[in-house]
Amino acid sequence: MREWIEKQKYIIDFTLSSLLRRKAKNIGLLALYTLIVFILASVMFFTHAIKKEASLILDQSPEMIVQKLVAGRQDLVPLRFVETVRGIRGVQAVRGRLWGYYFDPRFGANYTLLVPPPTAQTGAAGNGSRRVMVEGEPDRNAEGSAGPLFDLGADEIGVGSVVIGSGVARVREAGTGELMLFRAYDGEILPFRIKKILPSSSQLVSSDLILIDEADFKRLFGIADGLVTDLAVTVRNPTELSTIASKITRRLPDARPIIRDEILRTYDSIFNWRGGMMIVILSSAVLAFVIFAWDKASGLSAGERREIGILKAIGWESSDIILMKFWDGAVVSLTAFLSGVILAYGHVFFTDSVVFEPALKGWSTLYPRFKLIPFVSAEQVTTLFFLTVVPYSVATIVPAWRAATIDPDSAMRYTGE
Amino acid sequence: MILHPTVIANLLASLTVSGMILYSAYYGLQIVRHWDLSSGSELQLTLERRTYLISTILSYVFGLELLSLFLYVFTADSLCPLFVGAMCAAGTLNVNGFGYPALLLKMFDFFLAGLWLILNHADNQAWDYPLIRKKYLLLVVIAPFIVGEMVLQCAYFLKMKANVITSCCGSLFSSERVEGLGSEIAALSPQTMLWMFYVSVAVTIVAGIHFYLRQRGGYLFSALAIITFFVSIVAIISVISLYIYELPTHHCPFCVLQKEYHYVGYLLYLALFGALVSGGGVSALIPFRTIESLRTVIPALVRKLALASVVLYSLFTATVTYRIAVSHLIM
Repeated sequence: MREWIEKQKYIIDFTLSSLLRRKAKNIGLLALYTLIVFILASVMFFTHAIKKEASLILDQSPEMIVQKLVAGRQDLVPLRFVETVRGIRGVQAVRGRLWGYYFDPRFGANYTLLVPPPTAQTGAAGNGSRRVMVEGEPDRNAEGSAGPLFDLGADEIGVGSVVIGSGVARVREAGTGELMLFRAYDGEILPFRIKKILPSSSQLVSSDLILIDEADFKRLFGIADGLVTDLAVTVRNPTELSTIASKITRRLPDARPIIRDEILRTYDSIFNWRGGMMIVILSSAVLAFVIFAWDKASGLSAGERREIGILKAIGWESSDIILMKFWDGAVVSLTAFLSGVILAYGHVFFTDSVVFEPALKGWSTLYPRFKLIPFVSAEQVTTLFFLTVVPYSVATIVPAWRAATIDPDSAMRYTGE
Repeated sequence: MILHPTVIANLLASLTVSGMILYSAYYGLQIVRHWDLSSGSELQLTLERRTYLISTILSYVFGLELLSLFLYVFTADSLCPLFVGAMCAAGTLNVNGFGYPALLLKMFDFFLAGLWLILNHADNQAWDYPLIRKKYLLLVVIAPFIVGEMVLQCAYFLKMKANVITSCCGSLFSSERVEGLGSEIAALSPQTMLWMFYVSVAVTIVAGIHFYLRQRGGYLFSALAIITFFVSIVAIISVISLYIYELPTHHCPFCVLQKEYHYVGYLLYLALFGALVSGGGVSALIPFRTIESLRTVIPALVRKLALASVVLYSLFTATVTYRIAVSHLIM
C-alpha cells in the first residue's frame, strides 16, 4: 500500500512539472473549463437558492386558499362561502381576504393592495391571523424564528391613509406624510396620506405592498359589501387538507380550493424547468468544450510525443503513461471545477448573479432587491461534477490511451530530431 | 419528463456508461475470437494494446456506477416534493414501474463491474494473460445489463409526471400493508432479524478469518459474504432503520442517507457494497488458482480480498451497533 502511494506521488509530481512546462496550452484549456463549470454552477446555485427563498416565503402563507370561479375565471367570493367552509369538520378558521393589484401608469409599476384584517372581527381565528405579520425567515438567523418584521392591524391604518412598502417608496420617492393619488374605478381621483413605510428588511414580500383600509379599498375598486377576494382557510390537521379540499368542492361546486403544497410544487417545477432549460441550452457549449478537450488531448505536440517515447524507452509501461494521463486530467479537472464553483458562488451570492438574473427570475419594475441565502448542497456539487468532469474525463480516455500506446521508436523518430 | 438538472446528469451518466461499455464489449468480442498470445500478427498487437484501453474504461465505468448509484437515490430524494404523497426516495421510485427495477439493476451492475476489475487485476499480474478470454466473455455478459439499466433509467425519468399520487415510504414499508416485498420485510420480527443479522455477520467474519489464516473454505466464506449482504439489507429495512430513526414504524432504507441522520447511510452502504464485491471476488478467483502463472498471485490476492471483506463487515456492524447503542428507541 505504501509503495503504491509513493508511486502515485511520484507520478503526480512528474505530471505537475510536465503541465507547468506547457503553460500556454494548459492555461487556455483550464480557462475554458473553468468558464463552463462557472456558468453551469451559477445556473444551479441560483435556481436552487430562489427555490429555497420561495418555499421559505410560502411557509407563512395560508394552508389553503378558496377562490370562486365564474365561467372559468376567478371572481369575488360572497361571504356566505365563509359559513359553508367553516361548517366542515377539521377547519379551524376561515378568513375572507381583500386584496388586488393596482397599476400606476406614471411609474409603470404594479402595486399589491391589501386590506389587513380588522382586529376585532376574527377573534375566533386564533393567533396570528388577526394582524398582518411578516415574520423573519427562520433560517436566516441562528435563533430560529425571528419576531415579526412588521405587525399592523387594520385599525392602525385608518380611513384615508395607507402604509406602503419600501419598493413603492423608492419608485415614487415618497416619504411619510405625503399624499398618494389613486384613480378609482369610476375615474375619480382619491388622495391617501402615507402613514408609514414598511421596513426594508421584509422587502421580498413587502416591496410592492400597499396596506389600505377596507372601506377605501372597496371605494377604489367598486367592490360591493359582502364580497371578498378569496378565503384563507386554516386546518387543524395538515393531513386532512386534501379531504377538506374535496369536501369544499362538493359543497360549493363553483369554488376552487388551492392547497399551499400545490403552489410550492408548482414553484418547484417552474424553477426546475427553468434551470433544466438553461442547462439544455448550455449543453451545446459543454459539447463544444468536450470536442475541444478531445482535440487538445489527441493532438500531441512533437515535444509530448518525444517525452512519451523517452519515458517508454526508459522502462515506463503503457499503464504508467495512462496513469500519468489520469492524474493530468484529475489535476486539470479539480482545479477548474473548484475554481469554477467558487467563482459561481461569489457570482450568485455576492454580486446577485448579474449575468443570469433576467432570464431566471423574471422582471418587474418594483422587483425587490434582496440577497439570496448562500446555500450549496452535496447534491448540486455532484450533479455539477456529472455534467462537467465526467464528459471531460470520458473524452480524454481514448486520446490518453492512444498516446500511451505509441511505440517508443516511432515516437522519437516522428519528431525528426 | 421533469427537466431537473440532476435528472439530466443521471441520464447523461447512464448514456455515457452504456456507450463506453458497448465500445469495450465490441473489442471484447474481437479479443474473445482472435486472441492468440503466441502469434505476432498485427491484429494480436492491436488487441494487446486495446486491453489497456478497455481496463481503463472499465475502471471509469465502475467508478461511475458507484457514483451514479448514489446520485440516482439522491435524485429520487430531491424530486419527492413534486409528487403528492412521496416523502422520500421510496415514494419517488414508486412513481412508475421502472424506478425500483432500475435501482436493483444498478446495484447488480455495480457488483458485476467490481468482479470484472478483480479478475482484471489478477490477470494483469500474470505474464501470459491466462484469464483474458474469460474476463472478456464476462464483459460481453455485463454489457446487456448495463444497457438494460440505461433503458430502465431513461424510461423511469422520461415517464415521470409530477403530481401523480404515489405511496410514500410510510405506507410502502409500513408493516400494516400486507402485499409487496417491502412490507413483508418490514413485518419480520425486529428481534429475530437482529439476531439473524448478528449471527450471520459473526459467522462470515469467523469464516473470513479462518480463510485468511488457513486458506481453506474460500467458497464457503464467499457464499456467506453474499448471504450476509442480503441479510444486512433486510435487517436495515426491518430493524436497523427503526433504531436510527428512533421511530418504531419507519422502515425506509433511503432516509438514512439524509442529513437528519448525519449521512450515516453512505458509510453503511459503502461498507456493505465494498464487502459484497470483495467477498464475491474471492469465489470468482479461487477456480483459477491452479493456473501456472497465477499460482503465486491468486492466494495473496484472495487473502487480501477476504481481509477487506471482513474489515468492511466489521465496520458496518460496528457502526450499526453504535447507532443501536446510542439510540433512544427501546424495543
